[in-house]
Amino acid sequence: MAVTASLTGTHPVISGPSVWRGGVVLVATFLAMPVIVILGFLLVPAGEVWQHLVSTVLRDYVLNSLLLMLGVSIGVLILGVGSAWLTSMCRFPGSRLFEWSLLLPMAMPAYIIAYTYTGLFDFAGPVQSLLREWTGWGYGDYWFPEIRSLEGAALMLSLVLFPYVYLLSRAAFLGQSLCVLDVSRTLGNGPWRTFFTVALPMARPAIVAGLSLALMETLADYGTVQYFGVATFTTGIFRTWFGLDSTAAAAQLSAVLLLFVFVLVLLERGSRRSARYHHTSQRHQALRRYPLTGWRGTGAALFCFGILFFGFLLPAGQLLIWAATTAEERLDGQFLSLVWHSLELAGIAALLALALALILGYGRRLYGNWAVQFAVRIAGMGYAVPGTVIAVGVMIPFAAFDNGLDSWMRNQFGISTGLLLSGTLAALLFAYLVRFLAVSLQTVEAGLARIRPSMDEVSRSMGAGAAETVRRVHIPMLKGSLVTALLLVFVDVLKELPATLILRPFNFNTLAVRAYELASDERLADASLASLTIVAVGIVPVILLSRSIGRSRHERTA
Amino acid sequence: MHFGPLTLRLLLISSLCLPQLGLTAEGEVNVYSARKEKLIKPLLDRFTEETGIQVNLVTGKADALLKRLQSEGRNSPADLLITTDAGRLHRAKISGVTQAIQLPGQNKVIPESYRDPEGHWYGLSLRARPILYVQDKVDPAKLSTYEALADRAWRKRICIRSSDNIYNQSLVASMIAADGSERVESWARGLVGNFARPPRGGDRDQIKAAAAGICDIAIANTYYFAAMLDSKDQAQKAAAGKLRVFWPNQQGRGTHVNVSGVAVTGSARNREKAVRLILFLLNDDSQQWYADINGEYPVRPDVPVSPTLEKWGTFKMDTLNLSRLGELNPDAVRLMDRAGWK
Repeated sequence: MAVTASLTGTHPVISGPSVWRGGVVLVATFLAMPVIVILGFLLVPAGEVWQHLVSTVLRDYVLNSLLLMLGVSIGVLILGVGSAWLTSMCRFPGSRLFEWSLLLPMAMPAYIIAYTYTGLFDFAGPVQSLLREWTGWGYGDYWFPEIRSLEGAALMLSLVLFPYVYLLSRAAFLGQSLCVLDVSRTLGNGPWRTFFTVALPMARPAIVAGLSLALMETLADYGTVQYFGVATFTTGIFRTWFGLDSTAAAAQLSAVLLLFVFVLVLLERGSRRSARYHHTSQRHQALRRYPLTGWRGTGAALFCFGILFFGFLLPAGQLLIWAATTAEERLDGQFLSLVWHSLELAGIAALLALALALILGYGRRLYGNWAVQFAVRIAGMGYAVPGTVIAVGVMIPFAAFDNGLDSWMRNQFGISTGLLLSGTLAALLFAYLVRFLAVSLQTVEAGLARIRPSMDEVSRSMGAGAAETVRRVHIPMLKGSLVTALLLVFVDVLKELPATLILRPFNFNTLAVRAYELASDERLADASLASLTIVAVGIVPVILLSRSIGRSRHERTA
Repeated sequence: MHFGPLTLRLLLISSLCLPQLGLTAEGEVNVYSARKEKLIKPLLDRFTEETGIQVNLVTGKADALLKRLQSEGRNSPADLLITTDAGRLHRAKISGVTQAIQLPGQNKVIPESYRDPEGHWYGLSLRARPILYVQDKVDPAKLSTYEALADRAWRKRICIRSSDNIYNQSLVASMIAADGSERVESWARGLVGNFARPPRGGDRDQIKAAAAGICDIAIANTYYFAAMLDSKDQAQKAAAGKLRVFWPNQQGRGTHVNVSGVAVTGSARNREKAVRLILFLLNDDSQQWYADINGEYPVRPDVPVSPTLEKWGTFKMDTLNLSRLGELNPDAVRLMDRAGWK
C-alpha cells in the first residue's frame, strides 16, 4: 500500500485508484467476453450427447490430454531450462551462436513441424525406406519409433514450445546476481547443487510462466494432434461440434477445458503464495561465465546443437527441399500480399497486446484488489482455448451487437447499419488479443515482478515523481520484457490459423491460411513455400528478441 | 512514397474500422467457400473475366462458415455457400440460412440424388470413395462390398484414416441408410479389428502406407488417388502406381459418392448474380475443369472425365439422396465412437 500511496501522490499522471481499478476491470471484462460466452454455454442443455461422450470417448480425451501435457512439461523443461542455464552461465564452443539460434524453433508452427517429421520419418518416408533398402528388412521386421503417436506429438510440441521456457528462464538467470550464486558456492555447494538449490528456485516464477505458456498452447493445439490421430480434449471439441453437430456440447467441453486451466493457474499461484522472488542484495555483479572445456564443453555444445537441429534445421531443410523441387507456388505479387497481410496483422496485434498488458499489469501491481486480480486472470485465459472456439466466442457477441444495432436503427430511423464489426479486421484483431494477451501479460508481469517495491519507494523518496520513476526506473528495467512481449505476440499471430480462417474479411489471406489450405489438402510440398516464409518472417523478430535480451543484461550491469 | 504519421494513422483506422465490403456495390457476388481457394478461385476468376462481376471470397471450414452465416443472420454479406460435402449443405438448409432456387434447365442434367429436392442446394462435382488394393497382393475377385471388408480374411490388412474425418462419417452414414444402424455397428467393430494400424494421417497417407507394405487395402477418395497418379513427385506417383481401384457394391446400391455443392444464402443481396455464378459453375467448361484439374467427377454425367479417371472405367454410384448423409452424420459418429474407431 505504501507503493500505491507513493506512486499516486499528488501527481495527475495516475489519477486515482478507483479510476484505474474501474478501467482495468472494464478492459479485462471486455477481453473476457468470448470466454464468458463460452462459459455461458454451460447453461444450455446439450441433451444426451454428454451421456454418449462419457460412456465412450471422454476418458480417452482426458487421459490423452493429461499425458500430452505431462510429456510436453518434461520436454520443455529439459530443453528450455537446460539450454538456458548453459547459454547464460557457461562458455563452450558455439555458446554465442546458440544464445540466439535456440529461439529459432519458435518461428516454426507446430503443425508444420509435424508434417515435415511425418514426411521424413514415417514408414513410407525416406529415412525408413533407406533403412529397408540397406538391410533388406520389410514391414514388421524391425522397430522404429512411431512419429505419429502421443509421444511423437509431445516431442513435436516440445521442440517448438521450449523457447518460451528458454526465453523466460534465461532472462531470469541473467538477472540473477552472481553474489547469490557465489554465496552458495562459498558455502560449499557444487555447481549442480547451486543450480538446483539456488538458481532454479529463484528463477521459478519465470520458468513457471514459460511452462504455463507452453502448456496452454499444448491444450489449444489442434493441428498436430489431429494429424497424428491422437484424440485429445481439443479434437474432441471439434468432433462433437462438427461430427455430432452439437454446438452446445462442444462449447461445454471448451468450458470444462477453461475451468481446468483456471484451476491450474490458481494452484500455481497458491503454491507460490507468500514467497517473494526479489534480490535483496545491494550489489548486482555481472555474471562471470564458467568455461566448459573438454568433454563437458563438447557435451554442452552437442546438447544445444541437437535441439537446434531437430527443432529447426531439419524441418526447415525439409521445407526448403520441398519448396525447391516440387512446389507449384510462385513468388508473385499475390504471394507478397499474403506476406504483407501477415505482417500487418501481427504488428498491430503485438502493439495492442503490449499496451493492454501494461494497463492490466500496472493495474494489478498498483491497485490489485480481488476484482482486479480476478478480471485480469480471466482475461488471460484465452490462450488455452483453441482458436476456433475463441473465434466463435468473438463472432456471437459481435454479430449480436451488429444485428441489435441494425434492428434498432431500422426501427428508429429507417436506416440499416448492416454489420459494422462482424467480418472486419477489427473483429479478427480482437480475437488475437483475447487469445494472445496471456503471452504479453505473463511477460510484462514477470518484468514488473523484478522491480522491487522498495525501488519505487527509494525513487520517490529521492524526490522523483511518479512519471519520473516510471521513466527512469521502470522503463529501463522493463525494456527487455516489453520487447519480449511485443515479439512473442508478433510471432504467435504470424502462426495463428483457426481464428484467422473464420473471422477474416473477404479476399484477405495470410501466410498461415495459405500454408494450411495446401497442407490440409495433403499437398505438403506445395504448402512448403508459405510455411517457409512464415518461418523466415518469424526469424527476424526472433533474432531481435535474443539481441534485446543480451543488450538488456549489458545495460543493467553497466 | 512517404506517409506522414497522420496519413498512416488514418489509413490504419480506415482499414480496421470499415467493414470490408460489408455492403456490396453493384456487380459483386460474395462467396463463403469450404472449398480451398486453389480449387475454386481459378473458376471464379474466369467468371469475373466473362461477366465483369467481381467475386469476393472467404474460405474456411464448412462448420465454421456455417456458424458465421448463422450468427450474422439477415445482415450476412454472403450470397453463396460452397461446401465439399452434402451433409453440410443439408445442415445449412435445416438451420435456415439458405433459400430455394429453381433451375429447371439444370434439373434435367443434374441427377436427382445430387441436388436438394426443394432446390436449396446443387451439387457441382462428385468424388467416390472406392477400395484401393495393392495389385500384387490382392486378388480383386476376393473383393465385393464395403460390408465384406469386415471379414476375418482381411485381418491386419486394411488402412483407413480416422473417424474424425467427414469422408468416413459420410461413408458410414450411407451404410446406415442401406443396412441399418445395428448391422453397421457390428460391421464397424469387424473393420476396426482388421486395421493394419491405428488410423493416422490423411487419405494419401493410407495409399502410401499400402504401397510401402503396411497394408493391402486402402480406402481413399478418388481425387487424392488421381492427384498422386498425376503428381510431379515421383515417390507419390510410384506409390500410387502400385494400387488399383476396385468399385465396391456394384451388384447392389453402388459405390459411395459425395458432392461438393453450392447453396444461395437466405440473406443474399445479389441473388440474381449468385444464380448466374451457379449456372457458370455448372456449364460445360467449368465441369470439364473439375475433371481435368481437380480429378473429380463432373456432377453432370454428360461431361467427360479426365484420362486418369477414364482408365478406372465406369461404375455404379450409390443413388441415395445425399441429404440423408447430413441427417445420419451424428448417428455415424456415435456408432464409430462405440465401435472404437479412433
